[in-house]
Amino acid sequence: MERIEEEIIVSNQHGLHARPAALLVQIANKFDSKILLEKEGEIVDGKSIIAILSLGVNCGAPLKIIIEGVDAKEAFAEIKEFLEKQSE
Amino acid sequence: MNKLKGIAASGGIGIGKALVLGKEELTAPKTKISHEDISKEIYRLEEALIETRKEISNLQKKILHDLGFDHAKVFEAHLLVLEDRVLIEDIIQQIKTKKVNVEYAFSQSIKKYIDTLLKLEDEYLRERVIDIEDVSRRVLRKLLKKETINLSGISEKVIIVAHDLSPSQTASLPKENILGFVTDVGGRTSHTTIIARSLGIPAVVGLEVATINIKSGERLIVDGSEGMVFVNPAEKIIKEYQKRLTKITKDIKTIHVSKLKATTQDKREVIVSANIELPEELSLAHEYGAEGVGLYRTEYIFLGRRELPTEEEQFKAYLNVARKMKPYSVIIRTIDIGGDKFLSHPQVPVEMSPFLGWRAIRFCLARPDVFKTQLRAILRASVEGNVKVMFPMISGVGELREAKKILEECKKELKHENVYFDEKISIGSMIEVPSAALTADILAKESDFFSIGTNDLIQYSLAVDRANEKVAYLYEPGHPAVLRLIKSVIDVAHQNNIWVGMCGEMSGEPLFAFLTLGFELDEFSMPPPRVPRIKELIKNVKFEDAKAIAEKAVKLATAKEVEKYIQDELKKILQDDFDRILLV
Repeated sequence: MERIEEEIIVSNQHGLHARPAALLVQIANKFDSKILLEKEGEIVDGKSIIAILSLGVNCGAPLKIIIEGVDAKEAFAEIKEFLEKQSE
Repeated sequence: MNKLKGIAASGGIGIGKALVLGKEELTAPKTKISHEDISKEIYRLEEALIETRKEISNLQKKILHDLGFDHAKVFEAHLLVLEDRVLIEDIIQQIKTKKVNVEYAFSQSIKKYIDTLLKLEDEYLRERVIDIEDVSRRVLRKLLKKETINLSGISEKVIIVAHDLSPSQTASLPKENILGFVTDVGGRTSHTTIIARSLGIPAVVGLEVATINIKSGERLIVDGSEGMVFVNPAEKIIKEYQKRLTKITKDIKTIHVSKLKATTQDKREVIVSANIELPEELSLAHEYGAEGVGLYRTEYIFLGRRELPTEEEQFKAYLNVARKMKPYSVIIRTIDIGGDKFLSHPQVPVEMSPFLGWRAIRFCLARPDVFKTQLRAILRASVEGNVKVMFPMISGVGELREAKKILEECKKELKHENVYFDEKISIGSMIEVPSAALTADILAKESDFFSIGTNDLIQYSLAVDRANEKVAYLYEPGHPAVLRLIKSVIDVAHQNNIWVGMCGEMSGEPLFAFLTLGFELDEFSMPPPRVPRIKELIKNVKFEDAKAIAEKAVKLATAKEVEKYIQDELKKILQDDFDRILLV
């Protein structure tokens, strides 16, 4: 069981609005690990679109990703890449 | 009669009966359930979610077919809401602990999330409430066993009047029976606008009070080009609009000629291209046979948002248009809006005469950061297809030089970054200020092409604000002053070996298209539905005739004389085809 905790800066230009949030949820759901997102002390389930939307993540916002589980490493790599990607 | 003014969202005219879509009331009653009923309620929730899922998947398929992949993608988020673990667990928790019925638990959970979303600062995220409301209504209807309002069942031709239209509502409308859209809210880039434009249905949005002032069954005229809605109009107005409508319908009927080139009978070939704003209009441009985009307005990317669009976002938008129009050319006009239109610039004072104020190239030169981002995006998009760049509202060569200097800087930067672009990208000056028209010989030496923006050129030369009803009658495209300016711009351009296009309304008007053909105009750019008619006209006349007639017309004294003369001459030339082609 591995646990990864790291803060990244969201560079997706609209932050996490519907479409990017949907994509993130689709990525998160591919993995068995528990995936949490933390912004300003608030922690939500990274596999829930409603929860992610209600976090209100803008472009440039710092976001902590907390992943725990057997495939934590792979999950983290893919999520980090997605959130730090500039376009879409 | 009642006249309402809103935002001109999608061009065209619709005349017909109103169908007002009320806001559907879906309230979930609260009932206590017994411990034994808990599993039954949870089962009902699962059932409703599965059924809704099916419904949305079907809708998505329909949209994919009707409107394409981009529109269908919107519903991905809807589907995810249905399988959202946090939401579902929250509902189940409520059913279990509070012992309430599933309808109530569901609406309470949804309400909680919607309230959180509404508190967000980010406008984009706040707007997602529309999506969540849309999908939760579907689920609630299933739970309450209410019929989905089936808009696909509309069997007579109507004009839809609504507070707002949800993505699934617009998608399920039977487009063959929709004569127009009228909504209280919305703007130039809102969902209804985009759908209406891609379907080619006239729409006026942002009317604020439409649903209050209009009742179902009332007669309406929707003028999507001017942003006007007439409620119970007088016979005279209906007749007038019917005439214009037949003209538009005629445009659609002449579509078969649209695939052919615009060549006169004595073999002068000109280009008939489209003015577009939203990328969704590209399919219309293709459908009507436009040979390229003569004016790509880029303002929509900048409006109604707090942050400026990134280079990447703009690049993608421009590249998409360039790609889809290949091998035809796409003239991208740099932003033509006032500084006050930027939400990121709230401190810009209100101008007394915005038409004469801080806008277009003036704004861009004052804000090189904004300008450069756009120019870099345009340059990067120029790797694909045939992209040209055009500067609006040039009033003298100084501005053109400055703009070109900044463009050169962008080129240097890109080269340094090893980013590809078309190094020989064509640079055009938009001729819409009289001072530019009068110094066209100077501008021509430093431009690759001209495009005459007749709407502004007319307003500036005749000192007429077209929006002012008291003086609007003075707005005359056929005024000798306007014609002389246009003719001299074309002549001077040709003397300097550059080509000239025209992207104002005049180029889509048959009489003036014929006149400017005679002035030797090279490119005619207009709203896509006008393309077939103008092509048909050009194919039926001789360039030599147009030239001779134009030469005489330009010497006449008034706009009325000019129009009458051209009309009479065209009647002689086209004879029986006159009504068919012009159908005034």
